[in-house]
Amino acid sequence: MNNVVDHDTLTINTLIDIPTLKKGAMKDSAPYVAAPEFQQALGFPGELVDDWQARAIEKFGELLKKSRALQVYMDSCVKCGACTDKCHYFLGSSDPKNMPVARQDLLRKIYRRYFTFAGKYFPRLVGAEDLTEAVLDDWYSYFHQCSQCRRCSVYCPYGIDTAEISMAAREIMDHIGKGQKYCNEILGKVHKIGNNLGLPVAALINTVEDLEEDLEEETGVTVRLPVDEKGADILLVTPSADFFAEPHVDGLMGYAKVFHQAGVSWTISSYASEAANFALFIGSYEQMKLVAERIRKAAEDLGVKRIIFGECGHAWRVAYSFLNTLAGPFDFLDAAYPIPQHICEFTWDLIEKGELRLDKSANDHMTLTFHDSCNVARGSRMGDYPGGQFEIPRAIIRACCNNFVDMAADTIKEGTFCCGGGGGLLTDDLIDIRTRGAAPRMQALQDVVTDHGVTHMVAICAICKSQFAKVMPTYGFAMDNVVSLHQLVSNAIVLDGQNVNGVEHTDLDPGSQAQ
Amino acid sequence: MLSTIYAVLFYIAMAVFTVGLVYRIRLYARTPAPLKIPTTPAPVTRSGVVLRMAKEVVFFESLFKANKWIWLFGWVFHVALLLVLIRHLRYFTEPVWWWVKWAQPFGLYAGFALLGGLFALWVRRIAVERIRYISAPSDHLMLLLLIGIGISGLMMKFVAHTDIVALKAFVLGLVYFSWQPLPADPLLLIHLGLVLVLMIIFPFSKLLHAPGLFFSPSRNQVDNPREQRG
Repeated sequence: MNNVVDHDTLTINTLIDIPTLKKGAMKDSAPYVAAPEFQQALGFPGELVDDWQARAIEKFGELLKKSRALQVYMDSCVKCGACTDKCHYFLGSSDPKNMPVARQDLLRKIYRRYFTFAGKYFPRLVGAEDLTEAVLDDWYSYFHQCSQCRRCSVYCPYGIDTAEISMAAREIMDHIGKGQKYCNEILGKVHKIGNNLGLPVAALINTVEDLEEDLEEETGVTVRLPVDEKGADILLVTPSADFFAEPHVDGLMGYAKVFHQAGVSWTISSYASEAANFALFIGSYEQMKLVAERIRKAAEDLGVKRIIFGECGHAWRVAYSFLNTLAGPFDFLDAAYPIPQHICEFTWDLIEKGELRLDKSANDHMTLTFHDSCNVARGSRMGDYPGGQFEIPRAIIRACCNNFVDMAADTIKEGTFCCGGGGGLLTDDLIDIRTRGAAPRMQALQDVVTDHGVTHMVAICAICKSQFAKVMPTYGFAMDNVVSLHQLVSNAIVLDGQNVNGVEHTDLDPGSQAQ
Repeated sequence: MLSTIYAVLFYIAMAVFTVGLVYRIRLYARTPAPLKIPTTPAPVTRSGVVLRMAKEVVFFESLFKANKWIWLFGWVFHVALLLVLIRHLRYFTEPVWWWVKWAQPFGLYAGFALLGGLFALWVRRIAVERIRYISAPSDHLMLLLLIGIGISGLMMKFVAHTDIVALKAFVLGLVYFSWQPLPADPLLLIHLGLVLVLMIIFPFSKLLHAPGLFFSPSRNQVDNPREQRG
């Protein structure tokens, strides 16, 4: 159902330029529709209901009453054009409906037709339209070509956030029986088994035991990855991709080493063995709450004092921004620590206190750059000051390696380009738009590769890592050119009693330690 | 007759504008915003948010980041509009406030800046393919309406003077419910007529961006979800 990517159009140097419009270029890019069983498992109709127009308008009206953001954003756009060149999917596909304002207008024209005076009586004048099958098809295609990265909302003079609008559209489509297979199937697995992968507890334990063996072999030190250990101080909630995918798993081993060296007791939960919360992507408050409550229950059952999240972008947004609201208050946790805390905050705190020995030269074979993940950059924070989410990961990288270069200023931090696979798009049926959406990031990366000899890009998001590993070969990079941040920490950290070059290590020259 | 029609229209327009806007603002204020969604990095204190909003309202900070041309034309238009509105306060006040007197010459030149900004925005709307694509007829008509108001206003100053003493008597009469005749000057009638149209469509159109900005959760929320439950 998807076009094969036309590699001529992906020649990197032309991509960051604003393309001329190619109407309908991505019209046929749409994900597989969820089968009835996956729809019904989440309480949605199995397939498109007969009176879908009426039900869609009804649901839309309900959402307008529930969400100030949606109501205000529907009214406020003046069509100034500021956002039109800001979306990575537009830049990579040239399809005008991938311009943020045009994507919003797919919903706004229906809002105007059914909910505003002007649209009811003068539809043509204000661009209002009836909700037809063609409109629904456009919704399904183009609201699944938005990774909800919020880049457009940075530049909008009213802060209109297309993510909120595409979430609302997906919520409406779920309620008329036209949900997306990828997200809804995964949410079903979380409810049934506890993680996105459907990895059962026995498999999870096997996996971490293998990792413990690997760690012992590598370091000569027994580094544990405890599962369901009651009474541990810290619950680690990490994306399930960390248990098996590359380069994610190298990051997980990094967290384990940091916890080991810090001397804290920690555990993974098999019940909440997933940081991801795909309910964010489908805009379902109810589903998001259910998934979030699993984490609360795990924390209560295990009797932990702290919750720490692993490297995952949207999971951190849900954790940082919403967890307290969805599943709080967390008054049974230790208020001396942030609730919840990001693994980068934890690691950086130790580095600042000088409690980690880091041998930067262990990463000398790489020159690194950092990809700010959209949900971390624009939907959350780390540390206690605005922008800590940019500074803390970079500070950790600098503490772990000698060669670090940032990409162009308008492609990082709050202006960061999405990897192209976020927002529930990380599925093979959307590989064409995913590849195109990665183009602006790949351009920025190519520039630092050419100018500064960058060899690897660091990410702190499971989706970014999977997406880059998949699409980077299309752009002439190797799939292992993307690395986990805690993979660098893992390389650099020197554990007490660790074998370094065959010699058991007890102390390091303080000069080589991180400040 | 003409005076009566305009007087009645003025009250109707004022009522639609006020009631419509109050209704809309109440709707925004009463609609829940359960989750914290400020676009980060965002201020971590309430006073920080006030500063962020002030920068948006006064300098159009986000638009400046986005596109320097749209920012320039849009900002010039809005500042000019403010000065022109201040200049017009002299018709509603007796005696005229000192700062309104002081602003008179600025308001006059601002009339040209206002038209310049509007024309530039319209040229972009037609000439830039992306913006042309997203424009509905109402987007063009809105600019034309404002351009019409600006041109008719400036013409009364520079081409064919209207009787502003009589006009002021008419306007004050509206304010104090003691109605006076309106000069039957075609330019003035066009100018006032277009302004009435603008007031009436305000609560039903994209002009709601003005109150909307203050209610935008991505801009007006404090970044403190770990400390404070939403």
